[in-house]
Amino acid sequence: MAQAGKIDPMHQFEVQTIFNIPLGDHVLPFTNSALWMIVAAVALFVFMIGGMKQQVVPGRWQMAVEGFTGFIDKLLAANIGHEGRKYLPYVFSLFMFILFANVVGLLPFGLVGLHPFTVTSHFTVTGVLAIASFSIVLVVGLFKHGLRFFSLFAPKGTPIPVLLLVAPIEFVSFMVRPFSLALRLFVAMTAGHILLKVLAGFIINSTATGAGIGVLVSVPSFALMVGVSALEMLVAGVQAYVFALLTSLYINDAVHLHDHH
Amino acid sequence: MEADAIKFLGAGLAAIGAGLAALGVGNVFAAFLQGALRNPSAAAGQQGNMFIGFAAAELLGLLAFVVAVLLIFVA
Repeated sequence: MAQAGKIDPMHQFEVQTIFNIPLGDHVLPFTNSALWMIVAAVALFVFMIGGMKQQVVPGRWQMAVEGFTGFIDKLLAANIGHEGRKYLPYVFSLFMFILFANVVGLLPFGLVGLHPFTVTSHFTVTGVLAIASFSIVLVVGLFKHGLRFFSLFAPKGTPIPVLLLVAPIEFVSFMVRPFSLALRLFVAMTAGHILLKVLAGFIINSTATGAGIGVLVSVPSFALMVGVSALEMLVAGVQAYVFALLTSLYINDAVHLHDHH
Repeated sequence: MEADAIKFLGAGLAAIGAGLAALGVGNVFAAFLQGALRNPSAAAGQQGNMFIGFAAAELLGLLAFVVAVLLIFVA
């Protein structure tokens, strides 16, 4: 364990039990992770309900919701084609949940003593989301094409000697997809949050040593924190977008194999 | 050298990987902008492809970070 003074930047990722739900012989711990997942889901629910009134002349809220649905619809149309509409509910829920979980974890609830927990900074959570995407790819691919689905590993027109080399590489790159999908989101969120907490730790530790050094260190640290916070808002959006984009690409592979695109 | 010292050296060396991934990500956006300024009408359709390149380059930098974290906290 690294010596990080009194301030431990990894503390924010600890899963803590809030209360236990008795379940027969066992107890089901309700953790802060579960709490913030529910917060993200409820916020998403409220956001969607507010904008689904389907007025002919949309208000601001409905425009915001339709902006998001249209964005994902266009993404699917560009990557999968007209068959992409079928996967809109899944990819949209995925994108919005990741986006809300990322953003909720960044909100400064700490000012009122409520410490936000970034759900997506845990490999267990992002792993399940990635497995869900990967299973959809497998199910769609195998149902649609049967055993021809495995031609995904053998690009058309490849000579046999090259195929011996290409097929294992394609197979490995296919199997590694859920890991890379989950790892990217989880590490991007973890790294940003550690950086913010390390910078915050600089401010507190330097002020404790004296006013002179305190001002010298904390002013640039705070300026950097403001910048990094803005960058983290961008990363929260980009990572949700990349997750949805890669999911749609993988679904496209399953729907069309190597036929076009 | 102590084992701990070597671990921290390894974690520091992993930061080189993060820096190199930064070059890669910068390259992706630079190349996109170069192409987009030459043919702005085709730029909008290629944004998805840019983000695929960005995601691939970024992942390798994040892997370097994972290596560093594993060395410090797990190994």
